[in-house]
Amino acid sequence: MDLSSINPILLLASLMVAATPIMLAAIGELVVERAGVLNLGVEGMMITGAVCGFVVAVNTGSPWVGFIGAAVGGALLSLIFGFLTQFLMSNQVATGLALTLFGLGLSALMGQGYIGIKAPAFPDWDIPLLGDIPVIGPIVFQHDPMVYVGLAIVAAVWAFLKYSRAGLILRAVGENHEAAHALGYHVIRVRMLAIMFGGACAGLGGAYLSLVRVPQWTEGMTAGAGWIALAIVVFASWRPGRLLLGAYLFGGVTVLQLNLQAAGAAIAVEYLSMAPYLATIAVLVIMRAGRAPGSLGQSFHASR
Amino acid sequence: MKIKTVLTGATLAFGLATGAVAQDKTTVGFVYVGPIGDGGWTYEHNKARLAVEEHFGDAVETVYVESVPEGPDAERVMTQMALQGADLIFTTSFGYMDQTINVAAQFPDVKFEHATGYKRADNVSTYSARFYEGRAVQGHIAGQMTESNIIGYIASYPIPEVIRGINSAYIHAKEVNPDVEFRIVWAYTWFDPAKEAEAATVLIEQGADVILQHTDSTAPQAAAQAAGNVVTFGQASDMAEFAPFPRVSSIIDDWAPYYIARTQAVIDGTWESTDTWDGIGPGMVAIGEITDAVPADVKASAEALIERLRTGEYHAFTGPLNRQDGSVWLADGEIADDGTLAGMNFYVEGITAEIPQ
Repeated sequence: MDLSSINPILLLASLMVAATPIMLAAIGELVVERAGVLNLGVEGMMITGAVCGFVVAVNTGSPWVGFIGAAVGGALLSLIFGFLTQFLMSNQVATGLALTLFGLGLSALMGQGYIGIKAPAFPDWDIPLLGDIPVIGPIVFQHDPMVYVGLAIVAAVWAFLKYSRAGLILRAVGENHEAAHALGYHVIRVRMLAIMFGGACAGLGGAYLSLVRVPQWTEGMTAGAGWIALAIVVFASWRPGRLLLGAYLFGGVTVLQLNLQAAGAAIAVEYLSMAPYLATIAVLVIMRAGRAPGSLGQSFHASR
Repeated sequence: MKIKTVLTGATLAFGLATGAVAQDKTTVGFVYVGPIGDGGWTYEHNKARLAVEEHFGDAVETVYVESVPEGPDAERVMTQMALQGADLIFTTSFGYMDQTINVAAQFPDVKFEHATGYKRADNVSTYSARFYEGRAVQGHIAGQMTESNIIGYIASYPIPEVIRGINSAYIHAKEVNPDVEFRIVWAYTWFDPAKEAEAATVLIEQGADVILQHTDSTAPQAAAQAAGNVVTFGQASDMAEFAPFPRVSSIIDDWAPYYIARTQAVIDGTWESTDTWDGIGPGMVAIGEITDAVPADVKASAEALIERLRTGEYHAFTGPLNRQDGSVWLADGEIADDGTLAGMNFYVEGITAEIPQ
C-alpha cells in the first residue's frame, strides 16, 4: 500500500465537488418535503436538468445560461407533478415515480444529437487572497462557482426555514395543512412554489453533472444520484445543516474509497464500495433521527 | 432497488405493448445493461440490432429493453419478452447468466444467446469476443506512451472477462516498459458516468498518465481531456469524438455479423446451441484508428502486433508467464487454453493489486 500517493488536499477538494450534485438535489427536495409533499421524481428532474442545461449551454456557449436553463427545465417538469398531485389529487408516490420515468425518457429524447459534444468550459474560480491561503485555499476557495452557489442555497434555505415568516408558513403547511388552511394560508399555492423550487434545485444538480462533473451528455447519466438525494433528506431528518453534512460525508467517502483503491489499500474493495452508504447512514442515524413533517405525502383539498 | 424494479417493469410493459407482434415474423429480443446512448458497450449492441433490422427488412422484428439491472430482476424482463412471442433473445451482459438459464428452461422453444457467459443449455448459446487481443494492443501502446510509468485502470466487476483484460494489458505494457505499474480501481458498475469520471480523476491525481477503462461511458475520456496530458482508449465503441487526443486508439465490438447469422439460423431452423469466441481475426474485435498522437514507430509496432494477432501467428497469452504468486502458469512458448482464459481468476506476476473476492 502506498498511502503517500494520496494527496489529502486534492482529496478534500474533490470531496466538495463530488458532493455538490447530490447536495443541490437534496436541498430542493428538503423544501418540498417540509411543505408536506413527497416528490419521488428527483431523479427524473435531475436528468432533465442535466440535458436542458447541457443543450442550453452548448447553444449559447455560456455555462451560466445553461444552469439557468437547467433550473427552468427542472421546475417545468416539477410543475407537471404539482398540477397532478395538487390540483388533480393524484397519489404522490405513484406520480413521483412516473415523473422519474418520464424524465428519463424525455431527457433521452432531448439529448439526441448532443451525445459526444463537449460542454463549454466552466473555469474554476480562483478567489483572490482567500485562494492563496496554504492548505485551506486549494481545499475550499479554488472551485467552480456552482460549489459556492450550492452552499449559498443551503444556507439560504436554512435561514428561510428558521427565521423568516414565509418559512414558518411553509413549515405550518407541511406539519398540518388543515390548520394552516384554517388560519387562511393558501396551502396549494405554498406547495406549488415549494415543488417548483425543488424542481429547479434538482435541475441545477443534474446540470452540475453534465456541465462540470462529467462534463458531457450521456443518457441516464445521473445513474441513481436522485435516489441518494432522496435518502439523504430523510436521514438528515429534514434539516439543512445535517443535509450538508450527509452530502459531504457521502461525497467524501466516495472519493476516499476510490483513492484508497488506487493506492492499493489492503481493505477488501467490497467494503470500500459500500463505505459511502454505510458511513452516511450510520452518522446521520446516530445523530438522533427527527420526525417527518406531519402532513408529508397527504393530499389536501380545501373542501374537506 | 425496489423502485428500479417497478420502473423496469413499467418500461417493459410499455415497450412491448407498442410492439405487438405479427406471428409470421421472426421476433428478436435484446436485453441491454445500459442505455443505448451510452456511447460504449450497449451502443454497439444496439447498432448491431439495427443492422439486423436493416438486413432482414420486414421478415424480422426486433424489440429491446435498455438499462435492465443485472440480477434477479432481469428474469422478468426476459420472461415478458418470451411471452410476447420473441423467437430469439440476446442477453448482453455477464450478470444475466443465471437468469438466462432459468428463463430458457421455462421456454424450451425460444432460443437464447448470452453474451460473455459460460453456462449453456439446449436452447442457450454463449458468445463473446476476445477483447483481450485488443487489450494487448492497448497495453503495447500504453506502456510506451506513459512517462510517469503509472497506468490507471478503471475496472467494473471482478469477473474473468475483466481480469483477462487487465492481465493482457499488463503483460504487453510490461513487455515494452519493464518499469510500468498498474493502479486498478473497481467501480462496481458498468455504467455510471459520474463515478467513472471520479475514478479517472483520482487515478490522474495519483500520477497516472494513461487511463484504461472497462466501463461503458465516455466520462473517463472527458476527465482525461480536462487533465490535458492523459492518454485514453475507446472501450467497446470507437469513442472517436475524443480523437486524436486523449483517445489514441480503441477496441470496437462488432456484433452485427454474428447477430445476423444467428437470426438467419433461427429463420432457417438450423439454430444450435454453440459457444462462439471470436477475436480480431474473424472481425468481432476491431481496433480503432491509432491516431497521430502516437509516435510513428510505436504505431508501426502496434500495427504489426494487430496483424500477428489477426493471423493467429501470436497469442496474447503466450508463455513464459507466471501467476501473481510466482508459480508457473505457462512454460516458454506455451499458449493459454480457452478453458483457463474463460475462468481466469488470478493476476499475472508483477501486478501488485489484489482481486476482490
